[in-house]
Amino acid sequence: MYAFTYHRASGLRQAGNMLAKLDDPKLLAGGQTLLPTMKQRLASPANIIDLNQIEGMSGIELKGRSLTIGAMTRHYEVASSPVVQEAIPALAYLAGLIGDPAVRHRGTIGGSIANNDPNADYPAACLGLGATIITSKRRIAADDFFLGLFETALEPDEIITKVSFPVPKKAGYYKFRNQASRFALVGVFVSKRSSEIRVAVTGAGGNGVFRVTAFEEALKKRFSAKSLDGLTVPADNLASDIHGSAEYRAHLIGVCAKRALDAADK
Amino acid sequence: MSATGIGAAVRRKEDFRFITGKGQYTDDISRPGQTSIYFLRSPHAHARIGKIDTAAAAAMPGVVAVLTGAEFAESKLGSLICGWTVLSKDGSPMKMAPHPALAHGKANHVGDGVAVVIAETLAQAKDAAERIVVDYEVLPAVVDPMKAAARGAPQIHDVAPDNTIYNWHIGDPEATAAAFRNASHVTTLEFVNNRLVPNPMEPRAALAEYDPGTESFTLWNTTQNPHVARLVISAFVGMAPEHKLRVIAPDVGGGFGSKIFIYPEEVVCLWAARKVGRPVKWTADRSEAFLTDAHGRDHVTKAQLALDREGRITGLKVHTTANLGAYMSTFSSAVPTFLYAPLLSGQYAIPHIYCEVDAVYTNTVPVDAYRGAGRPEAAYVVERLVEVAARELNMEPATLRKKNFVRTFPYQTSVASLYDTGDFEASLNKAMKIHDVEGFGRRKREAERRGRLRGLGFSAYIEACGVAPSSLVGQLGAGVGLWESAEIRVNPTGTVELLTGTHQHGQGHETTFAQVVSERLGIPIENVTVVHGDTDKVQFGMGTYGSRSGAVGLSAVVKALDKVENKAKKIAAHLLEAAEGDIVFRDGKFSVTGTDKSVAFADLALQAYVAHKFPTAEIEPGLKEGAFYDPTNFTFPAGCHICEVEIDPATGETQIVAWTAVDDFGTVINPMIVEGQVHGGVAQGVGQALYEHTVYDDRGQLMTGSYMDYAMPRAENLPSLKVDTTVTKCPGNPLGIKGCGEAGAIAAPAAVMNAITDAIGTEKIEMPATPQSVWAAIQSVNNNRRAAE
Repeated sequence: MYAFTYHRASGLRQAGNMLAKLDDPKLLAGGQTLLPTMKQRLASPANIIDLNQIEGMSGIELKGRSLTIGAMTRHYEVASSPVVQEAIPALAYLAGLIGDPAVRHRGTIGGSIANNDPNADYPAACLGLGATIITSKRRIAADDFFLGLFETALEPDEIITKVSFPVPKKAGYYKFRNQASRFALVGVFVSKRSSEIRVAVTGAGGNGVFRVTAFEEALKKRFSAKSLDGLTVPADNLASDIHGSAEYRAHLIGVCAKRALDAADK
Repeated sequence: MSATGIGAAVRRKEDFRFITGKGQYTDDISRPGQTSIYFLRSPHAHARIGKIDTAAAAAMPGVVAVLTGAEFAESKLGSLICGWTVLSKDGSPMKMAPHPALAHGKANHVGDGVAVVIAETLAQAKDAAERIVVDYEVLPAVVDPMKAAARGAPQIHDVAPDNTIYNWHIGDPEATAAAFRNASHVTTLEFVNNRLVPNPMEPRAALAEYDPGTESFTLWNTTQNPHVARLVISAFVGMAPEHKLRVIAPDVGGGFGSKIFIYPEEVVCLWAARKVGRPVKWTADRSEAFLTDAHGRDHVTKAQLALDREGRITGLKVHTTANLGAYMSTFSSAVPTFLYAPLLSGQYAIPHIYCEVDAVYTNTVPVDAYRGAGRPEAAYVVERLVEVAARELNMEPATLRKKNFVRTFPYQTSVASLYDTGDFEASLNKAMKIHDVEGFGRRKREAERRGRLRGLGFSAYIEACGVAPSSLVGQLGAGVGLWESAEIRVNPTGTVELLTGTHQHGQGHETTFAQVVSERLGIPIENVTVVHGDTDKVQFGMGTYGSRSGAVGLSAVVKALDKVENKAKKIAAHLLEAAEGDIVFRDGKFSVTGTDKSVAFADLALQAYVAHKFPTAEIEPGLKEGAFYDPTNFTFPAGCHICEVEIDPATGETQIVAWTAVDDFGTVINPMIVEGQVHGGVAQGVGQALYEHTVYDDRGQLMTGSYMDYAMPRAENLPSLKVDTTVTKCPGNPLGIKGCGEAGAIAAPAAVMNAITDAIGTEKIEMPATPQSVWAAIQSVNNNRRAAE
């Protein structure tokens, strides 16, 4: 690590001010990406603004057909919450697949989606459910939030405060892990809410999480794995590396989507 | 068998401190005035090193010194060496290139140390290192061993034209060729034995201190063999006379071979400690370990098996290209030669074998022994060939093996190994029964109904360990003997210190060695302390690797115990006023045959030191005996592992659903520890077969330099293993021990790959059999099937 100055934000407004005014600042939520990156000297923020002491930034609330999760809510809280397990079980399941117990007890949903790692799970859930990302400044639809690899619509001094998920009729997630990192090599989140059907893919995209509109169309007739028979995703624009070629990822998208649909039925 | 003697599953004494955080590892030790050292390493795989500007770095806060390869060269200290001379076919010696502890003139792999910063803290040293400016002239690199000797490949070392270290062979080429000409069937396989990064839980570390008052050094180091390190660093590197260098290997967290070798880092720390006049401490981080710990395996092989009409093996022909990396590491030459080819007969009576091995330099991390060291590579060749031959001949894999087992011992193989004893069919039969091989067909059909592919694979391995008979390895080019030492110090109060030249870094010697002493002397196991790892305390020993501590180390202990018993009986005779021939030692008591006169061991010990009651002109006071034991042969553990896999054809993911291991280790001291060794070895073998992929790009960059990209086997990747044994005691050593530390890693890869290839119906798949490569292999099988229809 390089030397840095640590600031403990006592409130959201103060955190925002620090973000705007301090030199080369970075927010610290769970630190599960930021701290290892700093230890490897791949990141060197001059100022760290710790959000962990701010009251009211975590919590899970179901209001009508809307499930809202505070940005600082830890993965294990989402995974083990009876509210989430009841309202959107696929979301609880996804949270329980992130990392390992140590990671899940520190990592946060706000941190995960602000980072937008192309292999992370939450971006697939947000895009796959049509979530709304609520920040210190505005409300951003998931469709407009994830812009590219590690890139989001957030402005430099903008802080995610909550994520709001519409409760679907059915939803499922299937994650095929990279054997080394255990991040998603390909992860597919599917959901059906009245007329809207979403299929969101993480891990495979060359530009981060994306929706497979061809699959969504096919699923309109019937929201089940059989509807995807014979459909393939083109390999161009998919990521290719030592862990999986674009062709393999394209194939896995089909497999994972079907398995997510099977899970959605349970 | 007592509750704490030979054969007892005694809980490990050392575990208390390891589990409660009270262990003393090299990194836990701090010395007054200590500095931290950071190595600046070449980011290029192959580059000329020009000017190094250290001025800015030297001016950074906390910096004590900045030293480069040029200054190390000026020191006139010697090169690191490979201590085993292997000759090429034409009799010329291997082409051993200079290996300076800090690269000078040229960097030859990514990670090659070029300069060091010594500072008050590690962070300060790292900050300063970033200010060192190195003028590199990047050169083309070669990483593929098949390309290294080809025309036009970049030349790495002047002493080795075509990057070739040696062209070695063993066996009878003409007789083998004749066997192939007359063969009824020939099975051919070409494959890679994939490069592995060792990854012991504790990274390497070194803490060097120079005492100007006595002109002597102390080195704390994560070594598996402190005396060997001391010998090499004093005699070859010339750091200090041997008696002025103390090497201490305290608690060490795993080695698997990677901590045998003498590395640049400890040499540089010693040199720097004298230069700056303060202790210098280095601890690798994991990223650094990936780039500097000796890697394992990395063979490219073409192998052929000749069989007659009845399915008897008549010949074996092997050609292997072995990638030794950028420099020859300490034992590197022997691993793909003498630790490999002599095992190519496997468990079978193969009359004619010919093996050629070409070793090459590439711009990669040096390669040396890693759990199994040559024997996993040999077992892979033999057991894949035999399994494939069985398939090609439409024979059951067990049947073909049984047709060819060696059944009479001793058996002289045609590749130098003289097998002492064994019962290969017993292990195979026991494994098949435990595994329920008969029920496999039914399990396979049930899996098919679930859309999964099941496969079964055998690995009937044999290995050679208990390294090694000294004059034999000397004839083969080893620079050292491979005997072992032990000293038993009985204290006046009857407790015992056992000083052993072996070293434990996970093997449990503090417990198993104490079991042997406690049983023999009839004293409680708590009264026995095992001392190892400090060259000031312990007589010269060769350390621990090659599954030698039981077969060789404990044999030295037994010899020393024999001497203790002999002397004690002489003293007892005087104490009990009887003839020496009438003294019997049993259950910790010396007694006179036919009487009830006796003296307990502790009382005798006190008398030995009080020395009042026996003629000290005839019998020296005290009770302390040492012994050196040189084995007369290697030992040959062998067994049968059976792996059953289930593959998801949609993703190519392999799940190991069952594993049976039946091993013959001869006498087992502590069955719990032995079972643990099998578990660990199998896990590492499974790691090689399914997960661990060391990938270099063609510029020589290590693409798998962390756990984000290098997949380690995890507990959830393995089923509960069924582990059992058959026993044929080793006739070569007093306790009948064969050794067990590496067997799992030797047996496992072939078992896994035999199972996977059985499941998917093609042999064209390499380790690691990742989901993508299994899926691709299934696609090609399906495509071929469609094309044929």
